Amino acid sequence: MELVLTKYFHLDDYRFIDTYVKHGGYSALEKALRMDTDQIIEEVKKASLRGRGGAGFPAGVKWGFMPKVTDKPKFVVVNADESEPGTFKDRLIMERGPHLLIEGIAITSYAVGAHVCYIYIRGEFVRPAQLLETAIQEAYEKGYLGKDILGSGFDLDVYVHRGAGAYICGEETGMIESIEGEKGQPRLKPPFPAQIGVFGAPTLVNNVETIADIPYIIEHGGDAFRALGTEKDGGTRLYGVSGFVNKPGVYELPAGTNLKSIIYEHSGGILDGKKLKAVIPGGSSVPVMKADEIDVPADMESIAEAGSMLGTAGIIVIPEGVCMVRLLSIIMTFYAHESCGKCTPCREGTEWMRIILENIERGEGKEGDLELILDVCDNMEGTTICALSEAAVMPAESFIGKFREEFDYHIREKKCLDGELKI
Amino acid sequence: MNDRETGIRFSDQGMREFNEALTRYPAKQAAILPALHIAQREFGHISTDVIRYVAKLLDLSPARVHGVVTFYTMLNQKPVGRYHLQVCRNVSCSLLGAFHLIEYISGKLGIEPGGTTPDGKFTLSLVECLGSCGTAPVMQLNDDYVENLTEEKIDEILSSGD
Ligand SMILES: Cc1cc2nc3c(=O)[nH]c(=O)nc-3n(C[C@H](O)[C@H](O)[C@H](O)COP(=O)(O)O)c2cc1C
Ligand code: SF4
Ligand code: FES
Repeated sequence: MELVLTKYFHLDDYRFIDTYVKHGGYSALEKALRMDTDQIIEEVKKASLRGRGGAGFPAGVKWGFMPKVTDKPKFVVVNADESEPGTFKDRLIMERGPHLLIEGIAITSYAVGAHVCYIYIRGEFVRPAQLLETAIQEAYEKGYLGKDILGSGFDLDVYVHRGAGAYICGEETGMIESIEGEKGQPRLKPPFPAQIGVFGAPTLVNNVETIADIPYIIEHGGDAFRALGTEKDGGTRLYGVSGFVNKPGVYELPAGTNLKSIIYEHSGGILDGKKLKAVIPGGSSVPVMKADEIDVPADMESIAEAGSMLGTAGIIVIPEGVCMVRLLSIIMTFYAHESCGKCTPCREGTEWMRIILENIERGEGKEGDLELILDVCDNMEGTTICALSEAAVMPAESFIGKFREEFDYHIREKKCLDGELKI
Repeated sequence: MNDRETGIRFSDQGMREFNEALTRYPAKQAAILPALHIAQREFGHISTDVIRYVAKLLDLSPARVHGVVTFYTMLNQKPVGRYHLQVCRNVSCSLLGAFHLIEYISGKLGIEPGGTTPDGKFTLSLVECLGSCGTAPVMQLNDDYVENLTEEKIDEILSSGD
């Protein structure tokens, strides 16, 4: 099977530029620098490359939003915040193949006419940030970054910018505020970053994996990349499988690989011979799926048809014996903690839900609590600046919707219906 | 740029890094997170004196810097122990026993999450997903991750060196 990203990740030296170049690295950049920028954007459009950061926006279309003519400098920002619970794929790229990302950055920046790129990496990733710095240094020394890259006349500087612990800085406008030295509180859109991004200038924001796919697309063409996945969700995906499975890890597979087979074949099935209860297919912010709903292709369209979202492709596996009230309570504590507080429905709503869920879990639930939660959810949808609010609503509504009997039982009997596996 | 009253100032190395950071952005105040990272490394935590110092370096008001410091969870406003144990409490880690391990550490050190041992050696904190769910449970120990965390690994860390 054709691998776009992880083909050489088993080689320890692949993180160093000599080994990367030996295996064909930076030839896509050479090729791109001889191409017309419109042609590059056209290939990315043809590739059906969907953003890997969670929202799945078509990358080529987003690149097309960047203004051609502007009196301002343009910027590229790489989203390496990787904070969505259940997501741990970008770190693998930065640790095992940082030059894939750097080559992708150089091509992307050339295509949209940016001369400065910031890689916004979450503050906790101290070691990955150091690896990136080393790789960037190497790329400067070899002339793949800096002034007049490979004699093309194109200049590019790349800087690592470290976050400092805040999920909301993964949201692109929160990230922009954070780079500017503010609290990472999101901005109302429009204007979109392509119009007004960092330092008031047009900015392209893409996820690490999205950018790391670019060298392959340039090397082999957009059609070849798309053919690896589905028509609307091209290429391979880094599926990150975690939770109660035998072989957790990151698996690079064609977009549209069957979700059940990712869990049972690639990840070795459920730990301790337990039975599967539920799956969260794309990071904690997407609707949960029941065990009998997962026999579907894991591409964006198919998972949406099945009532959830592919999100970051961070697949969390939940076995029977885990109390869904407890699990939702753990999830809601996260959103309540991470709400940036700018919008009342989100700030108050996540906190209310957290408190109600903790009460139910403690055996102090009351009749009407679930209706109250669902009512709070209604008030949080479509009324806020960013999507964190909906990210909290989706697990709440789906957990209660699909495991209602566990919640009712908890309120009535003051204990778990299915909770022998204490978490 | 030294602060005469408090004696707080970056080391030469810290000052070099700070000056380099200034060249990376078209606006001076964008160097606030880089400056605070250097400050935390050099002073251990971000006290009000440190806030004043960083504010002066960046031509900002201390209130402005304080606002940023309180927004980001990694910036410690209080001293932390020499070993900062930050255990992930999020979904994938919980599914594999994170809360059990948190209790285990708590019991062994005799402190609650958020607390520091009286000798100033250990601080225990609960943190959100560390982006390492495939090797859950996970704990960040100062700058490094301890993955596939077990009681044995915890014992080893708690009985280590100085
Ligand atoms: C609350 C919230 C958190 C987010 N966190 C991340 C993140 O950690 N990493 C990421 O790449 N995108 C994250 N996003 C999505 C970004 O806003 C943005 O859509 C993405 O970086 C665009 O890149 P892409 O099109 O390549 O996916 C988050 C969005 C929201 C609403
Ligand atoms: S929705 Fe929540 S996280 Fe997003 S801006 Fe509003 S308060 Fe902040
Ligand atoms: S849930 Fe613990 S590292 Fe992601």
